[in-house]
Amino acid sequence: MHANAFDRYYAAESLLHRLDPRVKVVVTVAFILSNALLPDGAWAAFGLAWILLLVANAASQLGVDFTFRRSFIALPFMLVAVSAVFTPLGQPLMEWTVWGIRLTLTDAGIIRFGSILLRTWLSVQAGILLVAVTPFPDLIHAFEHLRVPAVLTTIVAFLYRYLFVLTDEVLRLLRAREARSAVVEGQKSGRTLFWRAQIAGHMAGQLFLRSYERSDRIYNAMLARGYTGQMRTLRAHTMRARDWLILFSVLLALALIQLTGRIG
Amino acid sequence: MHYAPAPLHIPDGFLNLVISLIFWVLTILAVALAISKTGQALGEKQIPLMGIMAAFVFAAQMLNFPVAGGTSGHFLGGALTAIVLGPWAGILVMTAVIAVQALLFQDGGLLVMGANIFDMGVLTAMIGFGLYRLVSASNSRTLKLAVAGVAAWLSTVAAAFLTAIQLGLSGTSSLSIVLPAMLGVHLIIGIGEGLITVAALAFIMQTRPDLMQADRVAERGGRGWIVVGVIVSLVAVLLSPLASADPDGLERVAEDLGFLQAGLDAPYQILPDYTIPFLGETPLSTIVAGIVGVLVVLGLMVVVGSALKKKPA
Repeated sequence: MHANAFDRYYAAESLLHRLDPRVKVVVTVAFILSNALLPDGAWAAFGLAWILLLVANAASQLGVDFTFRRSFIALPFMLVAVSAVFTPLGQPLMEWTVWGIRLTLTDAGIIRFGSILLRTWLSVQAGILLVAVTPFPDLIHAFEHLRVPAVLTTIVAFLYRYLFVLTDEVLRLLRAREARSAVVEGQKSGRTLFWRAQIAGHMAGQLFLRSYERSDRIYNAMLARGYTGQMRTLRAHTMRARDWLILFSVLLALALIQLTGRIG
Repeated sequence: MHYAPAPLHIPDGFLNLVISLIFWVLTILAVALAISKTGQALGEKQIPLMGIMAAFVFAAQMLNFPVAGGTSGHFLGGALTAIVLGPWAGILVMTAVIAVQALLFQDGGLLVMGANIFDMGVLTAMIGFGLYRLVSASNSRTLKLAVAGVAAWLSTVAAAFLTAIQLGLSGTSSLSIVLPAMLGVHLIIGIGEGLITVAALAFIMQTRPDLMQADRVAERGGRGWIVVGVIVSLVAVLLSPLASADPDGLERVAEDLGFLQAGLDAPYQILPDYTIPFLGETPLSTIVAGIVGVLVVLGLMVVVGSALKKKPA
């Protein structure tokens, strides 16, 4: 597996790609926070937020519908929110009884569900855009600058760096299981459920020990190359005038969206 | 690369701001404590270890076993990590895993990450390690494995239970629907988790018995964890059947406390500068907002303080 197998970065030379990673992180979090602060049913404000997102998409040169096409990952969870339509507040519209549970569809519930859907959809797209225009190591570096404890960012950096190595290890384990699991046409294979779970457990234990012992070797190798407990980076981040300008204009736009949501 | 999202990760937009912030505060406190505890215990060597173990949890979630009818059981790994590495390291490992899942794969939101980390990292460490610590000095391998299995199962169920409560309190889902649904699904998912955890732990005990010696386990987390683990487990065990039997009652409580209304109104209370003339403020929501504000500041100070202390010049 290639080292970049899990990367979500799309290389390009755009305004967003060149922006300081800290600005990108702060703006993304502010955008998600702004969505959470908008009251239910503030459709005009949600629309403006979506326009802001489309502008950002266009500025990334990855295509206006770039994030939209990748945003369906959060939709399975929507099933959970569907039950929001039965909130006890608001005017009841319809009523059913399913398996002894009384379900009352309310107008407030429908507005609530639509708003949750939009909030989630917008927020997921903001996250997708963030990792598409920022290399992951830069992102981690930005979090370090934003005062996230170095212990955490370093753990995340290791996780990112070795994820593909351990995934290769898992694929080897799965291939080994496959190779030893003959299936005869028309016959039941693989013994009991308990037995199958036990095999998966032994694989997890095996993977755990291989990872544990690998971390020992990695640590020794790093120590040999002068590791002092501190991650180093070649790219020093500096805020330029353009970074400040974009930061404040986006925050201003978000404030306007909030205002629209409150008045509208 | 294929990546299958797990069913427990709450996305942004599903929890209201008050709930999100409360759980961010709890998570920040737990993580800050974990950072200072792991820093005292082992120092810089611990960091690469926790990083690789975080990658292990990520990769191990690809391990599956066929159950029936095309579905398969997956491995979440939180309880195993807490038992083998200790609760503090377990919390940090799960925090890193959940952060990367949210940042890189959009599996779980950023604003609600505090709740996700608490449900799947902190709660799992409390129940997983706390219950195991109860029997870690025992000579019976069977007893230790059995308790580890129950702890893994219970931590999955408790995480689902707390997630359902958070969704219900946020007014995102009706508790009478989401509570039985989440509990039902995770009662079964938890069995797979328990079985895999037992088998994995048995394998580790067999191959590297030195890792699981009683005094090394005791080093990773004191007896206080037993108290925490037992109390949290008891609450989960006693409350979940009670709540699923009478979710309407719980919803009534949420409504009376003003949580549901806060969920519907968007939390203006958090921003005292925004006085909205046509929206009344309940005294309780103001109090909650005040407490949350103080706790957020306190939590941030603890984190920043420990981060500054840790950083070598």
